[in-house]
Amino acid sequence: MDTLSKLTILADAAKYDASCASSGTTRRNSVSGGLGSTESAGICHSYAPDGRCISLLKILLTNFCMFDCAYCVNRVSSNVRRARFSVEEVVNLTLDFYRRNYIEGLFLSSGIIRSPDATMEMMAEVARALREDHGFRGYIHLKTIPEADPDLIARAGRYADRLSINIELPSGESLAQLAPEKSLPKIRNSMGFLRERIEGAKEERRVIRSAPRFSPAGQSTQLIVGADDARDAAILQTGAQLYSNYRLKRVYYSAFSPIPDASARLPLSAAPLVREHRLYQADWLLRFYDFSLTEITGAMKDGMFDPAIDPKLAWALANRAYFPVDINRAPKEMLLRIPGIGVRAVKRILAARRFGALRLEDVKKLTTSIKKVMPFISTPDFSPGALTDDAKLPAKLKPRQLDLFA
Amino acid sequence: MTLRLEPPEDGDLAAWWRLALGARAAGLRPDQVIWQAPETADLFAAPVTVVPSPLLPSPVAPDEALIPLSEAATHLIETVVLHSSETRFALAYRLLDRLAARPALIGNPADPDIRRAQGLAKAVHRDMHKMKAFVRFRSVATPQGERFIAWFEPDHHILEATAPFFRRRFAAMHWAILTPRKSAFWDGKTLSFGLGARREDAPTEDAMETAWTAYYAAIFNPARLKPDAMRAEMPKKYWRNLPEAKLIPGLIETAAARTGEMIASGPTTPNRRIVPYQPQTKTRPS
Repeated sequence: MDTLSKLTILADAAKYDASCASSGTTRRNSVSGGLGSTESAGICHSYAPDGRCISLLKILLTNFCMFDCAYCVNRVSSNVRRARFSVEEVVNLTLDFYRRNYIEGLFLSSGIIRSPDATMEMMAEVARALREDHGFRGYIHLKTIPEADPDLIARAGRYADRLSINIELPSGESLAQLAPEKSLPKIRNSMGFLRERIEGAKEERRVIRSAPRFSPAGQSTQLIVGADDARDAAILQTGAQLYSNYRLKRVYYSAFSPIPDASARLPLSAAPLVREHRLYQADWLLRFYDFSLTEITGAMKDGMFDPAIDPKLAWALANRAYFPVDINRAPKEMLLRIPGIGVRAVKRILAARRFGALRLEDVKKLTTSIKKVMPFISTPDFSPGALTDDAKLPAKLKPRQLDLFA
Repeated sequence: MTLRLEPPEDGDLAAWWRLALGARAAGLRPDQVIWQAPETADLFAAPVTVVPSPLLPSPVAPDEALIPLSEAATHLIETVVLHSSETRFALAYRLLDRLAARPALIGNPADPDIRRAQGLAKAVHRDMHKMKAFVRFRSVATPQGERFIAWFEPDHHILEATAPFFRRRFAAMHWAILTPRKSAFWDGKTLSFGLGARREDAPTEDAMETAWTAYYAAIFNPARLKPDAMRAEMPKKYWRNLPEAKLIPGLIETAAARTGEMIASGPTTPNRRIVPYQPQTKTRPS
């Protein structure tokens, strides 16, 4: 089979992984030799009609796989066409794409062939060849196989910017049912091992500048939404635990989407994309807005997000006693709780109010949607009065073009 | 007294500082200066005195000018100058005047000048970011070796400011980025700038584009069609210079049918014998 046919099969097989980040690693360039650079922010070199960023060459080394994970297009029992890249083919594709400025680097994953160790070793070899034989300074994300030997995982970490292990299912029971060969304790073990190595390397480099790096952009994982019957609250809780136990950089949520050649053990239709969207919003509230898990789940109904309103607005509507918030006096933590005001708008408000009291007109200039904000704030010239406590407020604030995410 | 100053060449920040600092040294207030090139001068406007820039007090380098500008203020002013807005020089000169008198002003996003400047700066930064993302090199074999050439059409005067990114990234390659106004060249040692070019001056194909477009089509998930989200980040104006973009209409058109087919075809039964996976038992110290 020629490289082009392999590329088509092995990119198609990789597209169910949502991660495409290329940010947060060390800054490098090739002024003193080699090829490539990484700067503070990642770059999306293209966008597919599914709205997703294309930053990395995201491919599988092979889609042959010994495992039988029901949700996966590459499971052993699927009739999908199979292909297998050589190490050299992946290395050359990465370099050729990179030189033309198509990509930031490589995201390599793989089906498990022969053994977890053999597969992990080949993936690490691709990264080693790129770094050592070709002086590649671009971004490398390697999928980690939890069942592989820790020494091999450690080898991968020396060459990669990021490592990831996908949990895919939010509970041990679902995993046992839908991904019988995967084991949650093994995954947790490997995540713990990675955390130790990542933090250890950072610590060492603080003392010895030349100490080796280890996955400087951290580790991440992915959870599938809607392949099992897990509710939003349970998924969010799993995500929150992963952040705190293993210091993950990102948890990706991926709405289950129909795959060709589906397994009979799965729902045939897609999970609504709005579930995924709400989970990302809640994830953001946990990480950047100082919300606690129970605050978010407390505003849910039966452990599910309201598809019509975002989780921050849901919390505000359930906790109206905190509002209206005085734009000129409230501390930063409280400004962050106002629906419709993001981290950047809060920063702008904090800066601007040092120059004098902000009036409603000023707030309007500093935020993107004053209408959404108004029921929850007060300024010297404006008070929402009874609006904050209006029983019809939820209906008034619901956006109209809901089907956008349906 | 109103003076008309001839604006510096687009993207030439050093020339801008020479002019602006010269005008300040001459004691010109922002309302006394009109920044206008001779060919666009309005014949019916109030008469103004044209000062050829060499006649201004001797040019000063920004760091010798002893104007108390913070790094953030300098950066904001320079970014405004790179915008293609006709009022950029007037705004930049006014900012220079106001920020020199009151450095803290930079922190007030409610001030109209600051807000306008930040709006322009945002557009310039986005343009620079999109250039880093959407430049597509095409490889050409020459007797001297492989050359990489790209054609790009920026909205603002960002070529000079963005070219160093490509130097850091592709230092070992010899490359050129052609744009309508100016072109950038890197020969492995020196970054230089030359005349603008035409689209036809750049190569029209590259052997790797077959693989790249195949990848683009394969990584797209038809079950998640969201063309508006794509267009928000990759507006149509960029498509004509992106080899993968010619696939977009077809991918959108067939997405619903492909997804419908996946669902309609239902679950399948494996057509080969499955040997259950047996993990090897390993004994090793943890």
